[in-house]
Amino acid sequence: MDILLQQIINGLTTGSVYAVVALGYTMVYGVIQLINFAHGEVVMIGAMVAFSVITALAGSSLPPLVIVLAGVIAAIPACMIMGYLLERVAYRPLRHAPRLAPLITAIGMSIILQHLALLAWGRNPLAFPQIIDNRVFGIGGAAISSVQIAIILLSLAMMAGLSWFVYRTRFGIAIRATAENVHIAGLMGVNANRVIAATFVIGAGLGAVAGVMYGSYYGIAHYTMGFSLGLKAFSAAVLGGIGNIAGAMLGGILLGLVEALGTGYVGELTDLCSWPITNGWLTGQCADGGNFVLFGSNYQDVFAFLMLILVLVFRPSGLLGERVSERA
Amino acid sequence: MSTNLLEARNIGKRFGGVQALKDVSLTIRSGEIYGLIGPNGAGKTTLFNVFTGLYPRDSGDVRFAGVPLTLESPHAVAAAGIARTFQNIRLFANMTALENVMIGRHVRTRAGVFSAILRTRAERIEEAGIRRRAEELLRYVGISDHADDLARQLSYGDQRRLEIARALATDPKLLALDEPAAGMNATETAALRSLIEGLRDDGLTVLLIEHDVKLVMGLCDRVAVLDYGEKIAEDVPEAVRANPKVIEAYLGVGTR
Repeated sequence: MDILLQQIINGLTTGSVYAVVALGYTMVYGVIQLINFAHGEVVMIGAMVAFSVITALAGSSLPPLVIVLAGVIAAIPACMIMGYLLERVAYRPLRHAPRLAPLITAIGMSIILQHLALLAWGRNPLAFPQIIDNRVFGIGGAAISSVQIAIILLSLAMMAGLSWFVYRTRFGIAIRATAENVHIAGLMGVNANRVIAATFVIGAGLGAVAGVMYGSYYGIAHYTMGFSLGLKAFSAAVLGGIGNIAGAMLGGILLGLVEALGTGYVGELTDLCSWPITNGWLTGQCADGGNFVLFGSNYQDVFAFLMLILVLVFRPSGLLGERVSERA
Repeated sequence: MSTNLLEARNIGKRFGGVQALKDVSLTIRSGEIYGLIGPNGAGKTTLFNVFTGLYPRDSGDVRFAGVPLTLESPHAVAAAGIARTFQNIRLFANMTALENVMIGRHVRTRAGVFSAILRTRAERIEEAGIRRRAEELLRYVGISDHADDLARQLSYGDQRRLEIARALATDPKLLALDEPAAGMNATETAALRSLIEGLRDDGLTVLLIEHDVKLVMGLCDRVAVLDYGEKIAEDVPEAVRANPKVIEAYLGVGTR
C-alpha cells in the first residue's frame, strides 16, 4: 500500500471538511471581526440532528441516499436558525461593546450549546446506521471510499457556490462592502444587520453539511465533537488568513494534509530504532526488527495546533491575509 | 423662480466645550451649485455631517424637499435623496470600480439572500438593471475603462470621480461634495469643474465645500461663508468676494 498517496487522500477528505467549517469562522470575522467560538457547536448540532433523522428513517424502505439527504436537509435549517439566534441573542446586543465581551459570550454560547446537546442526545455517541454500502476503490496502490469521494466533491461544490455567491451576486457585493467599511456601506443603503445575520446563517448552513460529512466519515457523532473540530477549523482559518474566504479554503485543505501526513509518518520518523545512533543504545528493543516509537499516531491532534503556533509566530496575518496595518 | 431644496434653520452643534455651529441658517435652491467656504475649523465639515446624518444636531431643524429631515440614520438620509463624498476618499478599496457603484444602488433596491441564491427572474432583471446603470455612471464620470480595476488601483483623480459615481448611484436630489479638489493638480481640477457643471446642467443640486476659493467663486451660483461656526455671508460670488466680513475672516485685520 502506498502510504503517501493514502495519507494525501485521507488528508484531502478531512481537509475539505475543515475548509467548509473554516468558512463559517472567516466570513463572520471578515464582517464584524468576531471569532464565533460557538460555530463548532453549530456544526456538532448539525451532525446530531442529521444522525437522529437518519436513524429514525433507517428502518424504512426508502433508498439509503434519500435517507442521508433527508438528514442533511433537516440539519441545514436547524443550524441556520441556530446561527441566526446566536447572532441575535448573543452578539448583536454587544455589537458596540469592547471586543473581549462578545468573545466571552461566544465561549459561553459554546458551553450552553454543548450541554443542550448533552441533554437532548445523551452522553453516548450516536452511531451512523450502516445503511450505505461504502464501496472502496483502489487507485495507485491506495484506497478511496465512496464516502470520501462524496465528501471531497460536496465540499468543493459548496466552496465554489459560496465563492460565486460572494463575488458574483449583489448580496455578495453587500457582504464585501460591509466587511470593508460598515459605515460607508450603511450610507449606500446596505442594511448591516441583515448582512451580518446572513453571514451567520450561511456559515451555519455550510457547517451543518460539514457536520454530517465529518460524522459520517468517522461513523459517530458526539456532543463534544464540535470542540476539537471547531478549534481545528479555526486554526485553518487563521492559517489561510482570517477574514479571507479563499484563505479559509486553502488553510483547511493544507491543515488536513499536514495532519494526515504527520500522523502517517510520525511513527516511522520518531522510531529510535531507525536512527543510527540510538539504535546502538537500544539493542534490546531493536533486535529482530523491533521498534521504539517516541510519538505515535495518537499525536494526530498536535499537528493542527503546532501549525497554528507556527503561523502565529512567523506569519500572523496568515497565508493569504492582508497585512494588519491595512486593516487599522 | 426656483424652489428651495434644503432649508436649514438655526442649526447648533457643540462638541464638549466647543460651539462648532451657532445658529446657522441657510437655504439651497433646486438646481444650483451652492458653495460653502470658510477658514480651517470654521465648521464646514461639521455642518456637512449634520446635513448628511453622520452627526446628530443639538438644535435647529432641516427641511429637505419640503419634508422635515428627522435624521434617524445615514441610510435614511441617503434614502431621502442626499448623497455625499468624503474629504478623505472612502471607497471600498478591494472591490472593483463597477462594484463600488453597484453598491450605491442598494438605497433604491432590495437585495435578498434567498433571491440572490435562487436567481429568481425578478432578481436577475433587477441585477442586470443595476449593472447597466452602474456602467452608465462610470461612463458619465469618464472612468468606464477602469470598470473592472480595483478601486485602490485607480489614480487619485479617478478615485474622486468614482466616489462621485457611487454617490450618483443613489439617485440623489442633492449631491454634497466635501473638498473634491483637495490634492488635485490643475488638469484634474479643471476636469472636475466641468464634471460638476455637467451635473448641474443635468438638473442636480450640488453642495460644494471647497478650500480652492477660485474654484468655488468660478463654479458656484451662490456661496455661504462660515467663520467660527457662524454664517457671516450668503450671496452670489461677486458680492461675497466684496463683503468686508469675509475679507476680514480670510485675511484678518489688525484688531483680532
